[in-house]
Amino acid sequence: MTEPLLSLKGLSIAYKVGAHDIIAVEGATFDVQPGSIVGLVGESGCGKTTLARSLTRVLAANARIAGGKAVFCGQDIVGLSERAMNGLRWREIAFIPQSAMNSLDPVYTVGSQLAEVLTRRGGMARAAARKRSEELFEWVGIETNRLGDYPHQFSGGMRQRVAIALALALDPKLIIADEPVTALDVIVQRQILDQLRELKERLGISVILVTHDISVVAYVCDRVVVMYAGRVVETGPMAATLTAPAHPYTMGLRNAFPDLAGAAGELTPIEGSPPDLANPPAGCRFAPRCPFAEARCRTDVPELLPYEGDHLAACHRIAEAETLRARAVASETWEVPA
Amino acid sequence: MRDTQDPPLIKLEAAELHFPVGGVLAQLQGRSTVVKAVDGVTFELRRGESVGLLGESGCGKTSTGRMLVRLDKATGGRVEFDGEDISALSGDALKRFRSRVQLIFQNPFEALNPRFTIRDVLAEPLENARIPKTEHEGRILRAMALVKLGDAAQFMDRYPHQLSGGQLQRIVMARALILEPEFVVADEPVSMLDVSVRAGVLNVFRDVRAKTGITAIYISHDLALVRYVCERTIVMYLGRIVEDGPTEDIVANPLHPYTQALVAAVPVPHPDQSHEPLPIGRGAPDPRNPPSGCTFRDRCPRAFDRCAVEAPGPTRIQNRIVHCHLHAPET
Ligand SMILES: Nc1ncnc2c1ncn2[C@@H]1O[C@H](COP(=O)(O)OP(=O)(O)OP(=O)(O)O)[C@@H](O)[C@H]1O
Ligand SMILES: Nc1ncnc2c1ncn2[C@@H]1O[C@H](COP(=O)(O)OP(=O)(O)OP(=O)(O)O)[C@@H](O)[C@H]1O
Ligand code: SF4
Ligand code: SF4
Ligand SMILES: [Mg+2]
Ligand SMILES: [Mg+2]
Repeated sequence: MTEPLLSLKGLSIAYKVGAHDIIAVEGATFDVQPGSIVGLVGESGCGKTTLARSLTRVLAANARIAGGKAVFCGQDIVGLSERAMNGLRWREIAFIPQSAMNSLDPVYTVGSQLAEVLTRRGGMARAAARKRSEELFEWVGIETNRLGDYPHQFSGGMRQRVAIALALALDPKLIIADEPVTALDVIVQRQILDQLRELKERLGISVILVTHDISVVAYVCDRVVVMYAGRVVETGPMAATLTAPAHPYTMGLRNAFPDLAGAAGELTPIEGSPPDLANPPAGCRFAPRCPFAEARCRTDVPELLPYEGDHLAACHRIAEAETLRARAVASETWEVPA
Repeated sequence: MRDTQDPPLIKLEAAELHFPVGGVLAQLQGRSTVVKAVDGVTFELRRGESVGLLGESGCGKTSTGRMLVRLDKATGGRVEFDGEDISALSGDALKRFRSRVQLIFQNPFEALNPRFTIRDVLAEPLENARIPKTEHEGRILRAMALVKLGDAAQFMDRYPHQLSGGQLQRIVMARALILEPEFVVADEPVSMLDVSVRAGVLNVFRDVRAKTGITAIYISHDLALVRYVCERTIVMYLGRIVEDGPTEDIVANPLHPYTQALVAAVPVPHPDQSHEPLPIGRGAPDPRNPPSGCTFRDRCPRAFDRCAVEAPGPTRIQNRIVHCHLHAPET
């Protein structure tokens, strides 16, 4: 395997709320290889956006990186000066925020917003910037004569493409896209996912794709990182992780998902809801909802350990994963948490 | 299925809901236009039937739903409920109608008054309908059991913010069901919920149908979800119906070119799936300025001459209705 483009080691991020710290991300560890798409999945509030934002250090004012490393091309982002970080933003790592389609500036044309990034950040001359803007619009499939339009003149899906064009402007190596297709119609969603895949295949760009939809992961991702209540609970190659998950939470997610390719049987919910991060349970954070929890799960934190090759999971019962998987398929298993 | 003897509970005939746009000035200057949110929609619903209303953003799903419960009045055509033209209802008759139909909104976090306890939230419609106080507790408990909040005592005195999204959406459903309506329109009832929780709410929806025999319209842009709760699906495009038939048939063999693209676009949670380019043009439709003839023709890969001059009418193919010249008998 080649040198990873980005390597997270025990990254933790805390929010200060009153006198307390909320640890929104705890000990996140995973790699992103060059030219690959990594899906970051998990339910609302599990820390996906917090983690994504930390990678370009655009965190909220009350947030801080509380520990760990994020090594990008040999440099630890965590320890970088603000000036050095600024040098990486857009040029090396571009971030597309959650609901980017609503975050374009309404008073400037999309063309001038692109030009701003290209000239101010990229140091391009006006004419070169104009040419590059046209190229970028062609890339994302918008007619170049629409560069003079304002954001409100575009549909949601087109604004999302403009946001992708902005992210691509300075040829970054890594794009972090926070829920780029959530809330979009399936047809538009599909077109944007195809776009991301094309960026990977034709330009060798890596993407961290934040989503809560495992079908989206299955459609475009090479690898997947599953988070639960601030922790990475499973990570591995996409196909292996989705077809043979080793963590009970991932097994549960699979059951809860509608599947247009399968029979329209029962959907099985995961009962209960994720823990309050201000006061998380001891041990495994999934234990209160896990049908396979044992005594040790409520006291000892399970470590992220290899299941098979580079497929890892953080579960005390990882050795029994195959048996648990078989049991997880039955909806009765999930009826009353053990 | 539409040949049964029972008269339909709902009957729409060329129903229209047009909104004027452009403001007063534009109207004075004669520049006003309309958005045809619903533009000549015809279908019937039998009692107990559950139908999915599917289509992309802006195609008129919510407008159709609002028109069916008369939150908006049809601007053309006819909307019948139980044999009566609902546009003509007023006074007591309208009140009676309102107690027989319900709309479940998309966002459970906004649907409930934050200063009401769950008990108050559920008692409010009972009070409005002048149900005797002595019956309240029993009705509330029944409604909560119906949405699988069996342990009702635990929730009754809580405020909405003290419940999870999935629990809240069940309360919203309980409130909609508490007057035992005959017809309910659920407008994207799970789109704001987490995936792990969605499944529970969808199961509740299915259960309620089985137990009460309620007639339902389920609005969504997600065919994978519609499939779990509706045996029949109506697909809309720019205010018009393009295809109407059994959900499983539509999933397995969509007939209209738009439905074909829609079905092909749904990702599935498996590693092996098609990455074929979609059979559809990229542009988004402009509801203020739809193409002549078939409004889908600017994106349709199979459009031909006739599509520009003539809007396709309904063609019946077995138990499906398709609006597309490709399927129409030669004229
Ligand atoms: N500025 C903040 N101050 C305090 N807590 C915060 C702040 N921002 C986020 N949080 C909390 O941190 C946790 C993680 O939030 P985050 O936005 O990263 O989740 P997410 O996985 O992106 O969720 P979603 O899917 O809803 O976008 C949540 O519990 C959230 O309430
Ligand atoms: N009160 C209104 N005034 C003017 N136009 C309206 C009004 N309500 C809806 N429209 C327009 O009618 C069309 C249909 O809107 P509708 O809300 O019914 O779509 P929808 O299918 O529910 O979309 P979504 O999936 O985004 O909820 C849209 O073009 C919308 O902008
Ligand atoms: S560690 Fe225990 S509680 Fe956690 S997922 Fe594994 S079996 Fe379940
Ligand atoms: S009528 Fe013509 S344009 Fe419309 S869907 Fe059929 S083939 Fe396409
Ligand atoms: Mg987020
Ligand atoms: Mg709507």
